Amino acid sequence: MRHLLSTADLDRAAAIRVLDTAAQMAATQGRQIKKLPTLRGRTVVNLFFEDSTRTRISFETAAKRLSADVINFSAKGSSVSKGESLKDTALTLQAMGADAIVIRHQASGAPHTLAHAGWTEAAVVNAGDGMHQHPTQALLDAFTIRRHLTGGPGNPDGVGNDLAGLHVAVVGDVLHSRVARSNVDLLHTLGAKVTLVAPPTLLPVGVGPWPAAVSYRLDDVLAQGPDAVMMLRVQRERMSTAGGGFFPSPLEYTRLYGLDARRLATLPDHSIVLHPGPMNRGLEISADAADSPRAVIVEQVANGVAVRMAVLYLLLSGDGDTGAAPATGAVPAVTSTPAPATTTAGATA
Amino acid sequence: MTAQYLLKDVRPLGGEPTDVLVAGGLVAAIGPEAGDAAENAPDDLEVIDATGMVLLPGLVDLHTHLREPGREDAETIASGTRAAAAGGFTAVHAMANTTPTQDTAGVVEQVWRLGAQAGWTDVHPVGAVSVGLAGEHLAELGAMADSAARVRVFSDDGKCVHDPVLMRRALEYVKAFDGVVAQHAQEPRLTEGAQMHEGVVSAEIGLAGWPAVAEEAIIARDVLLAEHVGSRLHVCHLSTAGSVEIVRWAKSRGIDVTAEVTPHHLVLTDEEARGYDPVFKVNPPLRTQADVDAVREGLADGTIDIVATDHAPHTREDKDCEWAAAAFGMTGLETALSVVQQTMVDTGRMTWADVARVLSTNPARIGRVEGHGRPIAVGEPANLVLVDPEQRRVVEPERQATASANSPLRGRELPGRVVATFLRGRATVLDGVPQDDPADPRFAAGRVTP
Repeated sequence: MRHLLSTADLDRAAAIRVLDTAAQMAATQGRQIKKLPTLRGRTVVNLFFEDSTRTRISFETAAKRLSADVINFSAKGSSVSKGESLKDTALTLQAMGADAIVIRHQASGAPHTLAHAGWTEAAVVNAGDGMHQHPTQALLDAFTIRRHLTGGPGNPDGVGNDLAGLHVAVVGDVLHSRVARSNVDLLHTLGAKVTLVAPPTLLPVGVGPWPAAVSYRLDDVLAQGPDAVMMLRVQRERMSTAGGGFFPSPLEYTRLYGLDARRLATLPDHSIVLHPGPMNRGLEISADAADSPRAVIVEQVANGVAVRMAVLYLLLSGDGDTGAAPATGAVPAVTSTPAPATTTAGATA
Repeated sequence: MTAQYLLKDVRPLGGEPTDVLVAGGLVAAIGPEAGDAAENAPDDLEVIDATGMVLLPGLVDLHTHLREPGREDAETIASGTRAAAAGGFTAVHAMANTTPTQDTAGVVEQVWRLGAQAGWTDVHPVGAVSVGLAGEHLAELGAMADSAARVRVFSDDGKCVHDPVLMRRALEYVKAFDGVVAQHAQEPRLTEGAQMHEGVVSAEIGLAGWPAVAEEAIIARDVLLAEHVGSRLHVCHLSTAGSVEIVRWAKSRGIDVTAEVTPHHLVLTDEEARGYDPVFKVNPPLRTQADVDAVREGLADGTIDIVATDHAPHTREDKDCEWAAAAFGMTGLETALSVVQQTMVDTGRMTWADVARVLSTNPARIGRVEGHGRPIAVGEPANLVLVDPEQRRVVEPERQATASANSPLRGRELPGRVVATFLRGRATVLDGVPQDDPADPRFAAGRVTP
C-alpha cells in the first residue's frame, strides 16, 4: 500500500489486514500509556482544505500516538484552495520532508492528483475528497460493524473475519456522500450486502452498476431486518432552491427517511446504528435513536483513531510495499502483551 | 514571388494518381498538362513526390479559440493559425469569447487584421450573439457583418444563448445578411457546477454530472425555433446520441440545421476522467462509448455536417491542478485530420472525398467562406492540403505549433501526416514544417525548434 485514496483499491486481504492491524492498535489504546514509538522521526502533515475538526483531530491523535511529528495545515478560505496552489503546497510540503500527507479537499480527485502528479514523494491518505471517497471512515465503520456483529468470546474484535452474510442499510444523501461511496466499495469487498436508501433525488444517475441494492423506502428496508443501519448526514441547505431543491422540506425528509424511536424499535435486537457525524439531531436521526444503546456512534469515533493509526503504520512502516501480512513481531505491542510500548517498535523508525 | 509546386502522382480526394501544378495562386493544371506546364517552368518550380499521398481542399475550421485578444499566454492569433496550418487548415473561425469579447465591429476587425498579418490561414472572426456573451442584449450583429471582417457566424460559444426570446431574435435578425447562429447547447440550470458527463463514471468518481438532456433539450428547442422563424441554425460540438437523433429528425422535417462534432468526441469517452487528469475536462464533456458510436454514425450518414476542432488552448497553470479548479477545453488543430482518418476513414466509414466534405466543403458553406472548400479543379484558388495517410506519428504536445500543451492525445499514435498546406498557392507548410519567414521578427522570436 503506497497511498490510501479509495476503498476500491483495497482487495479483501488488504482490507482485513488494515482492520486486523487496527484491532492491534485499539488494544494498545486501553493502556495508561497510549503512545507507541513506531513512527518516531516521521512527519505527517494534515492538509485540510475543508473544515473538519473531527477528522483532523482523529488523524492528529493517531499520528501522535505513533510518535510521528504532526503538522496541521489548514488551507480553508485562503487562496490556497484552488488552481496551481495545490501543486505549490505539495512542493512546499515535499521540501519540508513530509512522509505522509493526509489530505481533505472539496474537489473530488484532489488526493489522486496529489499522489500521482509527481509533486511529492509522500504517502497520501485521502481524508475525504468532494463527493468521491473517505476511505478511513469506511474502514472505521467496517471495523465497528465487524467488532459488534462478528466478534465473540476469545476474539472480541472479530480479527481475521470479513463481513460475509451481513446486511447493511446506508440511508440518506448518497448523491453527495463520499462516505456512502467508500462504504459501498468496502462493504461489498468484505462480503456484506448493501442497500442504499434515499429519495430518488439524492441518488446519483448512474448508480446502477454499484454493488448495492437501491430502495426509496426506508420502512421497507428496515422490515428486512438489516444488521446495521448507517445514517448519512443530510444538509438542510439541500432543501432550498439554491441548494438544489432535493427534497420539499426537512419535515418531509424526517417523516420518510429519518431514524426515530418507532423505526428503531422495528429492528432486530442485534442490529446496530451508525452515523459518521456530525449528526443533525431531529433531521436524519432523532435523539432517541442517536442515544440508544444500539447506537455505536461514539465508539465509531474511538475506532477512528485505531484505524487511522493502522493506516499510517501500514503506509509508513515500510513493509507495506510487499503486500504480505505483517510479521507478528513487526507490529508494535501485540494485543496479548500488555507490556510498555517501547519493547518492539524501534526497528521500524 | 511565390514558388510553383508540381505535386507528382498525387491522389486528389483519394482518387487515381495524377499530377497537380500549383502556380499563380491557383490550381494551374492537372494531369499530363501539369507536367507539360512544368517543363517550361521557371527556376522556382518545386517538385514534390506525392506518391501515395492524398490531396484535399484546405481544411476549414468553424470552431477555433485563438485566445487573442486577452489570453495571449495561452495562444495568439499567430501561434494558433500556425498550428492550424500545420494541421492542414487554410481558414479558421475565431470564436468570440476573447477579452474584450468579439461583440463589436472594432474587435472583430482587429482579429481579422491580425489574422491577415500572420498569414498562416484566413481568419474569420465569429461575432458574439449577445453583448459580452451575457445572454441579455443582442450585440451589433449588423455592424460586425458589414465590417471588414464580414462576419457571418455568430455564437456565444462557451455560453448558451439560453433565453428563448433572445435566441429567436438572433435567428431572425441574422437572416438580413445570410448569417447563422452557432449555438453552444447547454441548459445552464441543469449544468450548474457540472464537471463531466453524468452517468456511471461520474457516479463512481464523485464529479458533478453534466446530463445529456442539458444539451438535447436546447437543440430540440432551437430546431423548433429555427423552423418557426425560417432561419438556419448551426449546432456546435454535438456530443450525445440523443442530439444526433434530434438533428436527424429536424433534417427530415426540412429544418435548415447543420451540426458539428469535435475530433475528441469521435475518439474519447468519459472513462478518461477516472484518472482525474484535467486535460480530459472539456465542454461539452466526453460522453459514453454509445455516444461516440452514434456521432460516428451521424457523421458518416450526413446527419452531422462537419468536424470542427473546438481547439481550446490553456496555459499549464489552468490544467496543472485538481479537476474542479481546471479550465474546460483541449487543443485539436494539429490532430483533427488524423483523428478523422483513424475513426472514419481507416474504419471504412468514410472516403477521403467525405473527409473533404466534412472538414472543408461543408464548413466553408456554413460559414459562407469564399475561395475555400472548393473542388480541386483547374482555375480554383490553390487552398490545398497534402496528406500522407501511410505515415504514423506519436502525439507530443510540447512539439506542436500551438502555444499550449493540453492535448488529450498525448502519447497516442495516430495515422496520417500533413505534408504540405497551400494558402492561395503559397506553401504555409512544407515537408510537415510550418514555413516561417526568417525576415519576420515575430517568428524569429517565437520560433518552435523541432
